[in-house]
Amino acid sequence: MAVAQKSPSTDAKPVADFSKEQELSAYRTMLTIRRFEEKAGQMYGMGLIGGFCHLYIGQEAVVVGMQMVLKPGDQVITGYRDHGHMIATGMDPKGVMAELTGRAHGYSKGKGGSMHMFSVEKGFYGGHGIVGAQVPLGTGLAFANTYRSSNNISITFFGDGAANQGQVYESFNMAELWKLPVIYVIENNRYAMGTAITRSSAEVNLSRRGLSFNIPGDQVDGMDVRAVKAAGEKAAAWCRSGKGPYILEMLTYRYRGHSMSDPAKYRTREEVDEVRTHHDPIDMARHRILEKKFASEDVLKKIDGEVRDLITQAAEFATHDPEPDVSELYTDVYR
Amino acid sequence: MPIEVLMPALSPTMEKGNLAKWLKKEGDEIKSGDVIAEIETDKATMEVEATDEGTLGKILVPEGTADVAVNTPIAVILGEGEDKAAIKPSKPAPQRKAAESAPPAKAKAQDGPAPKPAKAPDAPMPQAANDPDIPEGTEMVAMTMREALRDAMAEEMRRDKDVFVMGEEVAEYQGAYKVTQGLLQEFGARRVIDTPITEHGFAGLGIGAALAGLKPVVEFMTFNFAMQAMDQLINSAAKTLYMSGGQMGCQIVFRGPNGAAARVAAQHSQDYSAWYSHIPGLKVITPSTAADAKGLLKAAIRDPNPVIFLENEILYGHSSPVPKLDDFVLPIGKAKIARPGNDVTIISWSMGMTYALKAAEELAGAGIDAEVIDLRTLKPMDNETIIASVQKTGRAVTVEEGWQQNGVGAEIAARIMEHAFDYLDAPVARVSGKDVPMPYAANLEKLALPSVAEIVEAAKAVCYR
Repeated sequence: MAVAQKSPSTDAKPVADFSKEQELSAYRTMLTIRRFEEKAGQMYGMGLIGGFCHLYIGQEAVVVGMQMVLKPGDQVITGYRDHGHMIATGMDPKGVMAELTGRAHGYSKGKGGSMHMFSVEKGFYGGHGIVGAQVPLGTGLAFANTYRSSNNISITFFGDGAANQGQVYESFNMAELWKLPVIYVIENNRYAMGTAITRSSAEVNLSRRGLSFNIPGDQVDGMDVRAVKAAGEKAAAWCRSGKGPYILEMLTYRYRGHSMSDPAKYRTREEVDEVRTHHDPIDMARHRILEKKFASEDVLKKIDGEVRDLITQAAEFATHDPEPDVSELYTDVYR
Repeated sequence: MPIEVLMPALSPTMEKGNLAKWLKKEGDEIKSGDVIAEIETDKATMEVEATDEGTLGKILVPEGTADVAVNTPIAVILGEGEDKAAIKPSKPAPQRKAAESAPPAKAKAQDGPAPKPAKAPDAPMPQAANDPDIPEGTEMVAMTMREALRDAMAEEMRRDKDVFVMGEEVAEYQGAYKVTQGLLQEFGARRVIDTPITEHGFAGLGIGAALAGLKPVVEFMTFNFAMQAMDQLINSAAKTLYMSGGQMGCQIVFRGPNGAAARVAAQHSQDYSAWYSHIPGLKVITPSTAADAKGLLKAAIRDPNPVIFLENEILYGHSSPVPKLDDFVLPIGKAKIARPGNDVTIISWSMGMTYALKAAEELAGAGIDAEVIDLRTLKPMDNETIIASVQKTGRAVTVEEGWQQNGVGAEIAARIMEHAFDYLDAPVARVSGKDVPMPYAANLEKLALPSVAEIVEAAKAVCYR
């Protein structure tokens, strides 16, 4: 079946330009996520990372753009493709990578793994392995904000696959009913594992999924970090002003398989290459930076080197950090 | 420094694969993310992407090579300014063994004798405090379990503004079983919240609020409907503390009637005692008296862990004395000897206690002095009280409304066998719900549930009478 959906940025509206600082900062964070994920993929291949490992490569602009909208105290929650979200919230790549390798100084002491990490300090509420389960949880974070009259918002990320789970609509209903400050960010990367959205969804425009609950929604070019931020600002203003939830459908794309063991036979190499060549969020940012003379090739090269060093250090740390002590087996079951 | 590209594993169990095809040739420029080769196993063909930039300096494993061990260097990438002369022959990487768990252990294993597999440490034994002393002269007030539960919630809500109650019909309707009567009037709609009929959703929402630090008391109209929310209760509530390495947990109580009511048939009559007490990370409380209901619900609301509080619709209207104290809190995890005795131990909880106590009276008439233990908490279970009693009586009968297979009675019997085998004078007997969905017809329903007569018969049997 043909993929009816257009390439992510073909119908993009013009968006406000970033300042030099914003452009460079977003570039660096997106690149950090990309390099982190490449390294994680490599380490998985070497047997250093076990189990499931879902890479975020290609989708970096979504989390980085949304993170630029957050204020202190806002919460972020997502599903299992979560490494990018953690790095975007400012969690230490060392701790994230050490969790991937199941080591003592991973964010969850090695007990959670790729899909289960949290940081109270950075407002990151996980890292949830059951598709769609984070949606009521994220709605509950927003409930807490309302309960405390805090003016904070919850950013609840989920994918096009999760968008077909019933609990998503149970959450939509309560969120609108109680006007909870939650932005539902649907990261539509076109494939739920190996099932194209056209084969799984009666309505493929996921920004319309809140219509029967009166939740407004926008479709956003999720490959352009500027478009993501602009849409995020609008949605955040809506939520913070007490109008309730907002849906942002981010049209994005993952370059890698669903997980490491996915041979990706459900799509063509040409399709991947098309997005990669013409819509890569990092290449586009790099191009804009050079075009606007925000930085020279040399400066970008320096950033690239710094990012690479950071990730190399994280990988080194995660490779040599000890496994958790056996005494940790029974800790943290209860408190 | 030249970078070696290693033969990747496609899954944690892959040990070797075939190098099917090179898509780049020596001398080609390579960008991170470029597909450089294709490898295949019996299950799949996968593309190998470069994770570094540079020039493909040398192909070490030609295409068409079969059974290339994972982690074998297959090519070398040269960085800027490096040339082929920098490539040093590298020794082949040791074959990766799928069954081994951690790479550092593996590294050690290559040099010396294999390390001994680590032994699991002993499970911690839960310790529960004794019930607080009730000061002499304390007035005892007769109240229904329904009122006791309501008072417990009201007192905790007065004490802590982060405590709120949510569920179907808890506010304006005053509770489907009137357990939340008056709470809306005292605490307002912000803290007493009517939800839509959306168990999966509001259970998850409550857990999310708890992750953010609030202390929700979530009412299920009955626990039969909580099956819709089971994933959230177990995967989100029970496991998050562990999965976060102790960083993030949730203080939340899920409460509501559990077990058979009367004449509501199979989908509305089920005992979940065994289901929830199977799960590490949950505490499970099952009171049978008004005083225990009050003291334990207050403890549950204060407990920093997720607590499943299983009530019983038939017990809601039963009246029993509750001490009139400002702050009556009972310890979680402590059983109670509801009736002391010497000849046989009858162990039950919640609704089962009504049958057990009646049976003990009948047994007394037959000259058998039964000790009746009310577990009150199923998880953590009070081993000590059970074992001490069985050491005294040498005989035990468990009573539960739930089904026998993998039931709580089976667990109790196993614990007695493990810890008091030498004291037993007879095999442990189990009285339970019958292995059928609950029938509607009055006569069949009665037969499907445990009865006083069955307990008396079982107790006599273990006493060889």
